[in-house]
Amino acid sequence: MKKLILGTAILALSAGIASASEVVRMGTEGAYPPYNFINDAGEVDGFERELGDELCKRARLTCEWVTNEWDSIIPNLVSANYDTIIAGMSITKERDEVIDFTQNYTQPDPSGYLALTGSDPDLKGGIIAAQTGTIQAAHIASSGATLVEFATPDETIAAVRNGEADAVLADDAYLRPIAEENDDLEMLKKTELLGGGVGMGLRESDRDLRAKFDAAIASMKADGSLNKLIMKWEIGPGF
Amino acid sequence: MFSYCSDPSTLEGLTWLSCYLTTGKHMLFYVSFGTVLLLLAITAPVSLMFGFAGAMAARARFAPLSWIGKAYIAVVRGVPDIAFFLFFVIALDQGIEWLRHKTLCPEWTDAIRQGNDFLVCPDAKMPLSSSAQWIHEVYGFSLAVITFAIVFGAFAANVLFGAMRAVPRAQMETAEAYGMSHRQAFWRILVPQMWVYALPGLSNLWMVLIKATPLLFLLGVEDIVYWARELGGSKTARFTDYPHPDWRMWYFFALLVFYLSFTKLSEVVLDRIMKRLTHGQATAGGEAQRRANV
Repeated sequence: MKKLILGTAILALSAGIASASEVVRMGTEGAYPPYNFINDAGEVDGFERELGDELCKRARLTCEWVTNEWDSIIPNLVSANYDTIIAGMSITKERDEVIDFTQNYTQPDPSGYLALTGSDPDLKGGIIAAQTGTIQAAHIASSGATLVEFATPDETIAAVRNGEADAVLADDAYLRPIAEENDDLEMLKKTELLGGGVGMGLRESDRDLRAKFDAAIASMKADGSLNKLIMKWEIGPGF
Repeated sequence: MFSYCSDPSTLEGLTWLSCYLTTGKHMLFYVSFGTVLLLLAITAPVSLMFGFAGAMAARARFAPLSWIGKAYIAVVRGVPDIAFFLFFVIALDQGIEWLRHKTLCPEWTDAIRQGNDFLVCPDAKMPLSSSAQWIHEVYGFSLAVITFAIVFGAFAANVLFGAMRAVPRAQMETAEAYGMSHRQAFWRILVPQMWVYALPGLSNLWMVLIKATPLLFLLGVEDIVYWARELGGSKTARFTDYPHPDWRMWYFFALLVFYLSFTKLSEVVLDRIMKRLTHGQATAGGEAQRRANV
């Protein structure tokens, strides 16, 4: 009897904690400014941090930020180490088969090439760097150019600098600040229109949570606050 | 950290460096050294225990127990560390959640495996998704410790198994002649004497364990390798007060110095332990010590 009472008490207690404040763990990479990065204080910062906090406020959820390697970001979502992926992840068919996406919160933004200033690389037959498991990497692999992959976006830039790759293909918003601050690097004119915009990734079984975030994103689109954030972090065209 | 750090863009030289090296991010880097040392401090004794149990099981006279011990040593030693780490941590995590699911939510009817998802009821999540971030980190760290202990325990078991057989048979016969039981002879004669034979192997393992700690990074624990890579990567001025080019080489160099000095320190300590253990032993080293003291 005593055990039973204790058992129900624990159950009630844990149920109480769960309902009092539903904690949603937001998984991000933390290495892809301006989308998400670790700031000097060691916290997750960037466009998606502000966006995610606002979405959680509107959906009345308590959110906790977690960083995870890009490589294993989908497997760790699926095995429930966190509940959402909010990491500049473009919506694609292949990913949609494994996880679900909310509606896009950025417009499909052309990806750009970054190369050494004045180098004029051969984009069809040269060596192009990209981060592993991105739409850009998939694009290069099918384009005929030689693809070299790196685990982090930062390493792709380093590869261009030390001559390992002729150019790097990545989101324009990521490459542009780097090109502007470094005289030895420049954006090429050619762009590639890839992906269907960035959305939040969720487990396919988490339909309620997806509906909540979908509604929150829709309300941010409607009142223009999403556009303000996109402008502030220079993510590309607004809605 | 310091009061003069409010506007780092105006600083230069050492003052800039003193501000740069004391940002919140760098503090996390320094804390992660503690994480690595803590991992070593917990894992070493635990894997020694695993090894001792494994060696005892392997030399047991009860056949099934001996098979278990020998199978443990053979299987874990034969699988690559990385494969074991990636498989075992996921399997252990899902196993714990599955057990909790079965006991806590018997009325749950949905399938646990839905396509790619591994879904247990919210109460069975380990740790609960409502618990604080540090609990998640401690849980992840504990899984890492257990996995490290199992892997290195298997190697330690093999070393100890060999060391137990290296103790001269005459010692055990003498113990039995004095009327000691099998158990008494094991604990009083065999175990105290085996360490001197085990130490070279165990010290090797300790060195390998130190060098294996970056595997933590694979398990999602933010260790020194993670922070070195994150801090060393080039930073643009728009997103940080301390922009700098690619400094990964310097950060990894610091790791190199850390690991080298740590292994050097270990060697010194292990040498001392060896000297002490050799004292009075019927080995070549013990004999040399005796003669030097005459």
